[in-house]
Amino acid sequence: MKKSHIFAIVIIAIAIGIIVTTAGDASTYVNFDQAYQMASTGNSTSIHVVGQLKKDSNGEIVGLRNAPDNLSFTFVLVDENGKEQKVFYNEPMPPDFTRSENVVIIGNYQGENFVANKILLKCPSKYQEQSVNAGV
Amino acid sequence: MIHYFIGDLGHFFIILSFVTSLVAAFAYWKTKYSVEGALQESWRQNARIAFYVHTLAVIGVFISLFTIIYNHYFEYHYAYSHSSRHLPSHYMVSCFWEGQEGSFLLWIFWQAVLGLFVIHTQKNWEAPVMIVFSLVQAFLVSMILGIVFPVFDFKLGSSPFILLRDALSDPIFKIQPDFVPADGSGLNPLLQNYWMVIHPPTLFLGFAATLVPFAFCIAGLWEKKYKEWIKPALPWALFGGAVLGLGILMGGYWAYETLNFGGYWNWDPVENAVYVPWLVLIAAIHTMIVYKNSKTALKTSVILVISVFVLILYSTFLTRSGILGDASVHSFTDLGLSGQLLIYLLFFTVISILLAAVRWKEIPSSSEEVSTYSREFWIFLGATTLCLMGFQVLIPTSIPVYNQIVSLFGGSSNLAPPADQIAFYSKFQLWFGIAIALLSGTGQFFWWKRIDKSRLKKELLGPLLISLVVFAIIISLARVAEPAYVILTLAGVYIIVSNIKVLTSVFRVNPSLSGGALTHIGVGMALIGIMFSAGYSNVVSLNNTGMLISSELSTEFNRDNLLLFVNEPRSMAGYDIEYLGERFEFRNKHGYVKKSDVELTVDPYKVVAKRDIIFEDKTIYSAKDTFEIYPENTYYEIELRKGDEVAAILYPRVQINEAMGGFIASPDISRGLGRDLYTHVSAPMNREAEVDWSDMEEIRVRPGQQFFVNDYVATLDEVHRIEEIQGVELRNEDVAVQATIVVNGERNPYYAEPIFLIKDKSQVGRISSEISELGIKITLLNIHPEAGEFTLGLNTRQKDWVIIKAMEKPYINLLWLGTGVIMVGFTVAMVRRFRERV
Repeated sequence: MKKSHIFAIVIIAIAIGIIVTTAGDASTYVNFDQAYQMASTGNSTSIHVVGQLKKDSNGEIVGLRNAPDNLSFTFVLVDENGKEQKVFYNEPMPPDFTRSENVVIIGNYQGENFVANKILLKCPSKYQEQSVNAGV
Repeated sequence: MIHYFIGDLGHFFIILSFVTSLVAAFAYWKTKYSVEGALQESWRQNARIAFYVHTLAVIGVFISLFTIIYNHYFEYHYAYSHSSRHLPSHYMVSCFWEGQEGSFLLWIFWQAVLGLFVIHTQKNWEAPVMIVFSLVQAFLVSMILGIVFPVFDFKLGSSPFILLRDALSDPIFKIQPDFVPADGSGLNPLLQNYWMVIHPPTLFLGFAATLVPFAFCIAGLWEKKYKEWIKPALPWALFGGAVLGLGILMGGYWAYETLNFGGYWNWDPVENAVYVPWLVLIAAIHTMIVYKNSKTALKTSVILVISVFVLILYSTFLTRSGILGDASVHSFTDLGLSGQLLIYLLFFTVISILLAAVRWKEIPSSSEEVSTYSREFWIFLGATTLCLMGFQVLIPTSIPVYNQIVSLFGGSSNLAPPADQIAFYSKFQLWFGIAIALLSGTGQFFWWKRIDKSRLKKELLGPLLISLVVFAIIISLARVAEPAYVILTLAGVYIIVSNIKVLTSVFRVNPSLSGGALTHIGVGMALIGIMFSAGYSNVVSLNNTGMLISSELSTEFNRDNLLLFVNEPRSMAGYDIEYLGERFEFRNKHGYVKKSDVELTVDPYKVVAKRDIIFEDKTIYSAKDTFEIYPENTYYEIELRKGDEVAAILYPRVQINEAMGGFIASPDISRGLGRDLYTHVSAPMNREAEVDWSDMEEIRVRPGQQFFVNDYVATLDEVHRIEEIQGVELRNEDVAVQATIVVNGERNPYYAEPIFLIKDKSQVGRISSEISELGIKITLLNIHPEAGEFTLGLNTRQKDWVIIKAMEKPYINLLWLGTGVIMVGFTVAMVRRFRERV
């Protein structure tokens, strides 16, 4: 076998290795039930859950609680299947949090609670705006 | 009035530039396939004229669009959505490329300019290279063409010259078709930054530069000049590598200064999309140099040069088609160009792969086995590592594309990008970085001399020993402990030391050959800088109050944020840190002003000074002066002290920014030689929320009398009659008095000026005055002329606060310094290769 062949084989092996580890490290979009199941089987990897803040019939957000020192907060997220879950977040509440349409949380279950390491907010975008701010 | 002419002119120039690029492609095709002689020359003349007209038309588009922005023609969607009357004129340049159309234009412009260079320097290559150029131009111009085919209901491109009324479906246009808004919605304030004026042009010049080697490679395959294309392509590849690298880094530096994710690189898909082609471009430069010296690696060079261009197109597709949507924080808005972008990508991918496949067998290659002791072997290894490094980033970045393809075939895929992107990419890229450093450190020795086993030992011994000594010093001084970081440090030191050795010997012979060694020294410095600043980035604002988030959680949390009340110092990382209050920034002068020292006016950009405005011991404005500020930005003055000495005053910024989703915090950085101290606001007080004022306490005081409010000593200084009140009309019989109350703060006095008003002889009005920082509100409730006393109402609440996060970034300057050295190295190499070509 020529040296260049060995070289090619090594490169292909590394490339395959990269693909396999990527697939292994990739996160997934799941709902709370799946996330809970994963955690209860000992799988503590971080996953993505997409949901909305729980609101009452008047459209007021419920279940939002700021820590006394404002440094962390908890909220209730409703996933796509309608399951409600209390979520902990160990960072100050982003000021536009309550205005978000969709919330993506990245984290996992710790016991009965979901602990988010990262929150992505989808806010009503300026670009969907179809009206002119007439100005003065 | 709607200025139709300028928009129509601009649109005409776009169509002209599209048509002329097609004409140029056709005429160059004719040049290529006609027999040498007068006919060929006339086709060439025609082609050149077409390309010149194309370039002029592109410049015409530029001028038209800029005229619209500069003159505030808000009847145009582009001016309305990217600019406003308050925008300083140097930032109008940035609004030009805030939108997709403008950034396409920038790219088109640079490629037209580079096309002119090719025409004038490469007569032998002109026709085939310019066919590729003209076709790429045609594709790019088609993105901003903005022509609708009504029969097919199909729109080709999105023109920057569409009117606001055609872009938005606001009902006002039905009533009043000629309505022109008085002001635009403005440039995203995050982009009002000097780096955003020069980063996009640099980046797109880099994009444009990758077309040159690609076009030469295609021309070489086409004309069967398999070897000759390398020579003219190489200097442009170096140029592209330098400019693209610089552009990427400028983006990183902007992010470091402006965004609050805590660093210069976030492994965001948009960043990855340009990082990958840059890596492959660097690999291509190496294999091209190998070919020039030893006639091997020609096929590899062909593959890599084509890959670079295809990857540039792929990155354009990723960032502009909207496919990244959920995965990225800063992708462009979707203009509905996905189909067009995909065709653009596939066209050049398929054409170049087909061409390479057809010609593959004819491309000369050496069948000689490569020796382990040859420079070719080491460089080839290095190039391969660079490609794998890019591949590792490309695969996860493409996950949204993969999901899309799966759903196209009826499946469903719920794959998400890795949850912790930074950790995920770093753990791989770190080892690739180590490999690169070791390979290029060693490879340099083979580069300059033919070396066998015994010589190698002799050559390597010195640098290895020096590296180990330097490494040991660094490790022990900086206390690097993590095994991977230790190895990276060693590899970084090694590449620097070995290249310094090479540099000194090369420099004596011929300084113009020192580009390679210099660049590699810069790479080593950058690697060590990255390792320290990212690996040992350290949260210093740790909360030590011991309050827990919730008793329901068993896990102990790290608390990375610090709650600061006004004028209450806390200790942090050996500093005393104290929050002093909210500030506005002057618009026309350098400096900040206390929010409580100015009075707002109807115009949000203008404020009136309540008293003399002093910044850094200089009086900037006198009392009653009206001056301009940036209303959307609030700065939080934070003082850091070491002992009694003020170490730094930081002004992290919070911006209310509708375009970016509401709230944006930008850091302020205290720069030091050894480390940067990086501080940003994680949560400001919510001013819109209802305030919990205490019940009003009433007191009766005489002027000059002291009293307590919210634990501060206050004095009723004086009460005087005033003649005018903002927002209230005063008549002759009306009486208004204003009290001045001085509250002794920890550092300096604060003032409250409540007003008592009798209107129409019977109506009583009271305007309270608030000292927000100290949480005090004072109302002048009543006047007792007979006793010379006044009744004051006092309300209190929590003092103003802010929550901050602070990080230390050790030795980050090494990264910026290394980048500078890399750029110098590239320039030296480029000058050499451009000279060689002539």
